[in-house]
Amino acid sequence: MSRLLEVEDLQVSFKTYGGEVKAVRGVDFYLNQGEVLAVVGESGCGKSVTAQSIMGLLPKKVSRIKGGSVTFEGEEILGLPKKQMQAIKGSKIGLISQDPMTSLNPTMMVGKQIAEVIKKHTDIAKNQIKVRVIELLAMVGLPNPEQRYSQYPHELSGGMRQRVLIAMAISCDPQLIIADEPTTALDVTIQAQILDLLKDLQKSLDTSIMIITHDLGVVAEVAQRVAVMYAGVIVESGTVEEIFENPDHPYTWGLLNSIPKYGSGEKDRLIPIQGSPPDLFAPPTGCPFAARCEYAMEICVQEMPDKKRTSETHHARCWLNDPRAPLVKDLISAGRAE
Amino acid sequence: MYIIKRFFTMLVTIWVITTLTFIIMHSIPGDPFASDADVLPEEVLENMRAKYNLDEPLPVQYLLYLKNLVMLDLGPSIQSETRDVNTLIADGFPASALLGIQSLVIALIFGLILGIVAALNHNGIIDYLSMAFAIIGISIPSFILAPLLIKYFAVDWGLFPVASWGTWLHTVLPSLALATAPLAIVARFMRSSMLEVMNQNYIKTADAKGLSTTGIVIKHGVRNALIPVISFIGPLAAFLLTGTFVIEKIFAIPGIGKYFVDSIFNRDFPVILGTTIFFSTILIITLFLVDISYRIVDPRIKLTSKGD
Repeated sequence: MSRLLEVEDLQVSFKTYGGEVKAVRGVDFYLNQGEVLAVVGESGCGKSVTAQSIMGLLPKKVSRIKGGSVTFEGEEILGLPKKQMQAIKGSKIGLISQDPMTSLNPTMMVGKQIAEVIKKHTDIAKNQIKVRVIELLAMVGLPNPEQRYSQYPHELSGGMRQRVLIAMAISCDPQLIIADEPTTALDVTIQAQILDLLKDLQKSLDTSIMIITHDLGVVAEVAQRVAVMYAGVIVESGTVEEIFENPDHPYTWGLLNSIPKYGSGEKDRLIPIQGSPPDLFAPPTGCPFAARCEYAMEICVQEMPDKKRTSETHHARCWLNDPRAPLVKDLISAGRAE
Repeated sequence: MYIIKRFFTMLVTIWVITTLTFIIMHSIPGDPFASDADVLPEEVLENMRAKYNLDEPLPVQYLLYLKNLVMLDLGPSIQSETRDVNTLIADGFPASALLGIQSLVIALIFGLILGIVAALNHNGIIDYLSMAFAIIGISIPSFILAPLLIKYFAVDWGLFPVASWGTWLHTVLPSLALATAPLAIVARFMRSSMLEVMNQNYIKTADAKGLSTTGIVIKHGVRNALIPVISFIGPLAAFLLTGTFVIEKIFAIPGIGKYFVDSIFNRDFPVILGTTIFFSTILIITLFLVDISYRIVDPRIKLTSKGD
């Protein structure tokens, strides 16, 4: 498997009246060809900002990429000239955005909105574009694709609109699809359909997906690898099995403890993570999770732990994984196993 | 179906306006001959009132007027012996309309461009300059702007005729003077509308498709930003088309603008009613056109009569 996308030490800040918000503070991850990577974390942890920086979609006036690199197909794409970036966006990297209700132009036929991408990036003859769009609409499971072509967004339901956005994202056979919370705005039955669709398309098109979500259920459903993000950094990353079976970071433990499990009795309450994420105007010097962490030690507030690898694919940034730290991991796993 | 229903609504509106104007007009003191009352003998006045049916009771006058109105006859002008109101409007409207159309075109083209450019350079120098221009444009009254235009462009540099009506060159300065304020208003409207639209998610989607900036602005930005601006264009068009007293007066243009004002001073009842009805009709028609253009610009809007 070859590397498709590699993000190294990405740092993104926003200028606001209150000062500089350090939204992304040194994010590293990679994505291999044909792989599905899930980036998980709670609201405001920098997931979407990371995705938008990769695609160069952040508003130029208020945001600044302060450092790092994004390599796509072996080429640095961070800070690429506008024209060259436009050639990549929509053709090699497709975006499925968060809110299907507002992500389509309300005054343009949905078919035309897809046709636009194909027209921009391919040499398909004009009279063939419509045929291709209808084919795409059928691929994403919209009934009566010929009629859908000339409908407007307000005539479609949320799930249908998300399918249209997916059709748009895959219209030029991209190597990478970035799906930014693709199911958040949809109700549960539609969520499952959309996830199935994404999985099917990933296989049939042999593409890679970076899926951003705060829903660990989604992760388990579609991803092969997971990156857990907290306060602008990746705190743990590994395969789905490693993260679900053998998590190394207290934040990941907290996330796993807060999902309901089928068959659990009434007495097994969900355990929420206490507190709220740190203020990113002045991020803590130590581990950002220390303030909420039940196992925080003195060192945790003083210094940010390095990445600690436990396997080729699995690493976490937590002082508990230091050989000098007391062994708490087994305790937690045991407590969780009930 | 919609259009038929709409047409009848328009007729009813005009009838209501006529009635209200009639009532208000007759509740101001004085009549067309009040100023002549001292010099003319009572019998003459009596005769003149009789000639224009002013001796009849008001309800009769009202019905007589409506009867003529149905036959599209706006009646005689009391002030002008030789021309009736229909002729007054027919003579004056072409000049006013030409002026109005030119101003409207100038105001729309440059106002929209200015607004779009300002929005795209939000908080940049171009934005500040164009909004400064817009505020000046709104603030300077046309009766100050017009003499200034005349002084520089006509008197000092001799590029255009000073006043009066004739060739196309005569229309340039008054059109500019008339267009400035609406242009500034359109620019401000368009700027704020455009700023809002460019922050929408679908603009981000368009960006993620790899479209060029110009493509995004034109295809996805402007069309959506136009929707709120259109509602402002209807009344603006009616106002510009029916002439303005000030500009027509300054440039000595034989339009209909002056009748709106003069007729009230003269208590020239048929002209007051006629010009009001004419203005209302133009306004109602432009509002109708605005509704139709809404439908074209925004597919979410359906033109149906209630209950359809």
